[in-house]
Amino acid sequence: MVTRNYNKSIDWITVGLYSLLVLFGWLNIYAANFNPENPVFFDTGKEYFKQLVWIGFSLVFVGMILITDSKFYVEFAYIFYGITILLLIVVLLFGKEINGAKSWFEVGPIRFQPAELSKMATNLAVARALSRYGFSFKKLSDILKAAAVILFPMLLILLQNDTGSALVYTVFIIVFYREGLTGYILTFGIIAGIVATLTLMIPNATIIGLIVVSVLVILYFKGARAELFKAIIAGAILLGLSYTAYTYLKLTIEFEYLLMPAILVTSVYLLYTTIAKRINKFIPTYLLILWSAIILTVSADYFFEDVLSHYQRTRINVLLGIEQDPLGAGYNVNQSKIAIGSGGLTGKGYLQGTQTKFNFVPEQSTDFIYCTVGEEWGFAGSTAVVLLFLALLLRLIYLADKQHSTFSRVYGYGVAAIFFFHFAINIGMTIGLAPVIGIPLPFFSYGGSSLWGFTLLLFVFLKLDINRNELIR
Amino acid sequence: MVGLGLIFIGKLFILQVYDTSYSISAESNTRRQVTQYPSRGLVYDRNGKLLVSNQAVYDVMVVPRDIVPFDSIDFCESLDLTIEQLRERFVQMRADIKSRKISTYKPSVFMKQLSAEQYGSFQEKLYKFKGFFVQGRTLRKYEYPSSAHVLGYVGEISEKDLKNQSYYSQGDYVGISGIEQTYEEQLRGKKGVKYMLVDVHGREKGAFRGGRHDTAAIAGKNITLSLDIELQQYGEQLMKNKVGSIVAIEPATGEILSLVSAPNYDPSLLIGRDRSQNYPVLATDSLKPLFNRAIQSRVPPGSTFKTINALIGLQEGTLKPYTTHECFMGYHARGLSVGCHNHESPLNLSQSIQHSCNAYYCFEYRDILDNPKYDNIQDAFDAWKDYLVRFGFGYRLGADFKNENRGFVPNSAYFDRHYNKSWNSLTVISLSIGQGELLFTPLQMTNMAAMLANRGHYLTPHIIKDIEDEPIDDRFSEIHETGIDLQHFAPVINGMELAVWGGAGSTARIAQIPGVSICGKTGTAENPHGDDHSIFMAFAPKDDPQIAIAVYVENGGFGATWAAPIASLMVEKYLTDTISTPYRKWTEKRMLEGDLIHGDKKLQ
Repeated sequence: MVTRNYNKSIDWITVGLYSLLVLFGWLNIYAANFNPENPVFFDTGKEYFKQLVWIGFSLVFVGMILITDSKFYVEFAYIFYGITILLLIVVLLFGKEINGAKSWFEVGPIRFQPAELSKMATNLAVARALSRYGFSFKKLSDILKAAAVILFPMLLILLQNDTGSALVYTVFIIVFYREGLTGYILTFGIIAGIVATLTLMIPNATIIGLIVVSVLVILYFKGARAELFKAIIAGAILLGLSYTAYTYLKLTIEFEYLLMPAILVTSVYLLYTTIAKRINKFIPTYLLILWSAIILTVSADYFFEDVLSHYQRTRINVLLGIEQDPLGAGYNVNQSKIAIGSGGLTGKGYLQGTQTKFNFVPEQSTDFIYCTVGEEWGFAGSTAVVLLFLALLLRLIYLADKQHSTFSRVYGYGVAAIFFFHFAINIGMTIGLAPVIGIPLPFFSYGGSSLWGFTLLLFVFLKLDINRNELIR
Repeated sequence: MVGLGLIFIGKLFILQVYDTSYSISAESNTRRQVTQYPSRGLVYDRNGKLLVSNQAVYDVMVVPRDIVPFDSIDFCESLDLTIEQLRERFVQMRADIKSRKISTYKPSVFMKQLSAEQYGSFQEKLYKFKGFFVQGRTLRKYEYPSSAHVLGYVGEISEKDLKNQSYYSQGDYVGISGIEQTYEEQLRGKKGVKYMLVDVHGREKGAFRGGRHDTAAIAGKNITLSLDIELQQYGEQLMKNKVGSIVAIEPATGEILSLVSAPNYDPSLLIGRDRSQNYPVLATDSLKPLFNRAIQSRVPPGSTFKTINALIGLQEGTLKPYTTHECFMGYHARGLSVGCHNHESPLNLSQSIQHSCNAYYCFEYRDILDNPKYDNIQDAFDAWKDYLVRFGFGYRLGADFKNENRGFVPNSAYFDRHYNKSWNSLTVISLSIGQGELLFTPLQMTNMAAMLANRGHYLTPHIIKDIEDEPIDDRFSEIHETGIDLQHFAPVINGMELAVWGGAGSTARIAQIPGVSICGKTGTAENPHGDDHSIFMAFAPKDDPQIAIAVYVENGGFGATWAAPIASLMVEKYLTDTISTPYRKWTEKRMLEGDLIHGDKKLQ
């Protein structure tokens, strides 16, 4: 017999996981600020004390969320979104610049980062947009609408020069995919990412060559052999000619520009035969892929050299191993790896860390808080944190799947996706697997804005979950 | 997602458990971070002569936490310390730890710059002194006892700069003045870092993780200055026992050939440990040898400024080359007199420069300010002031020295304030002859000579000629037009030529150089506190100027007395490499031996 329980209780598993993460996070903030030469606890100026205050406020917010009707979040989703967008614009005009990013409001001793709040608001707006009656990812206009909802705050945050927080919004693509966006776009994005990364590591000519060869091989097996043969000969002759000219005239252009006319001639010939002889209809598709890849290769280089700022370039270069810079951009990661690595199996013991104190590791209580975990709690502690996050993510997905209303489901996936992105990038960065992108580790990193942002994000979903049987839209 | 979690756990396993090189237990082994200091870039003069190089020294470093009781007598012997000194150092160290200036975990400097012998004996016994180690670094070495103001010096970074610039850490050396400061980023290179494993006894057990995290230091870039060290040294000798400065520029490029500020000092006095002893002596010297007069002092240009007023008058149309004015031993109007010396009268423009007639410029300047083209004195004055700004006066020229002074050029608002808005061309008449409120730096004065030599434009004066693998700043090749038409320069420059070569009555005959068509203008800046300052600006040769120069000698009297002969000797030395005739040699001897500091100010 099925009991219809309209007011099911809050999901205590998630609440438990949340409490464990916040508690463990605070212990580590305390450790990162602990000075063995001057051990004091009650110091209102210290980060661990302030974090305690932020945690207290979070509990108040949780209470407020739980007594608010779920429908409120559905109805007011766009209004929240609008207010946040307004805040993001205002912070651009009147905000305070900290660490090069103009993303903070400062009122007296209190600083607040609207970008942290905008994750929740955007998630609400996405949920609202996707749950609209008749919404479908098969319609281009709907795809564009959904994209606009995430691109708007993303661009504003990019303008604040806070690239890390802006990148978080890309994770909504996963939510879209889950809600029916064609896999091609996701696949295309992933392939484009791989090609763009390769562009920075090996010469363009090599990549273009590789792409051409792979396309030709595919075409060969697809059976357009006669045409292919002629086209290749034409291309090869042209390449030979331009190479001779290049050598004799001592031209100083990149080799890739010699390849392109040859590839162009080959493609035009293939296209002509396809249209004229009406055979091999798949050829244009592959030519399109070929040329998109070439354009991507060239433009990724351009983007990297001319659009990215110097420090972003260096960070990517260091990650890809092109540049060695342990005192500069690589310094953070290097120190962070040493700190984590020195923890061993069981760690040096709570408050016994040496590398995560005295500013060896920069930002040690915010973006690099995981180092303290690694050093003082060792492999056991750091694995436990990874497992706690995995448990939280899996639980969130499980809960999201159980939602009856599209709104709650999409919102739930959004929460999971955002946590996943932060978890993956932040921990990945501290152990040298992801580029140094300054985003916090949820519930661990010091900071009121981020703690409140994540708490609101999570508990709004838990409130929606409590009322999941009431909400149908 | 679970896959990623597994990857993370796998990577953590490798970092924390599998790869034991990371896990150094706190009691037995420690990782020591040794900074690899790059050698600073070398400095050359325009002819490739080495001016500044490096010498190696060693610092004793300490990690306070690692210290264990040691044989203090042995320690003191090897470092030539007394027990009291050692005790003092430990007291200081404890105070520094308490005030959080240094950390007990991180190395800090215990004793700076060991001698080679000290280094040898200490290194041998190092194993006995746990917590101490020796770190090598380099100090500057000056090849000539010259050019101290240009080169500047290197010293430990200040607390304030340390906070602003993340590259540096406590105890790092940084360029503090001169080109060492301006080109700090190029000269310093890039620090490297080496991680060493150290055992309980403080002995190095090899590189941490096979040196995988180490980086080599990158040496600083070498730079070439436009300075001519031979000319510079000659200028310093000429200025010996005098107070003042010489600045010489190549007009076509704006390159500074010589920049002398007297009195000067030997740059080697400010190297390393010696600096702490010598700096206070230099800083308290009443003649202020540390003050770079060539770019920091402000003096009225005196009569050299007549050339500028002439150019402005010509451009404004209030003056023609054939305009003549009479002079009755000065200018007299409405109860105000500006005195002049005895010379023929009336004079035309070129002659007025030749004889440096004050009356001529009083008439001429009033014509500029009372020009009916302007509605009131304020507009006319500001129009005149705007010319001055275009000539490079009143603002920093932007030379490659951080502490350049901007001089002073008043505007009409300045006089409105002082005279409650009731003033006229007569009120400010002393500006006609470069006295009064007008103040130039010696660099600006030389730039004026260079502008005249170029007939209307100048390039920002600079002392950098070349940086290894890097172009020099674009702004140094930018031409600054002054807005004076080319044809106006001939009468003025002819006047400057006549001032030297015009025979009887010419003010600067002493500057004649056999075979070199030098053009110049004397100046005598009135000094209410004592004897007048002697000023001379010149360029040569007339038609293809290679050098522009301005000399000013404090309390030197007339421009022709000290500044003109010194400037002409500099020009002769630079253009012909020798001092030619017996008369010139006699002049040279007189200048070299002249002493304006030690009481005897009269010429023999």
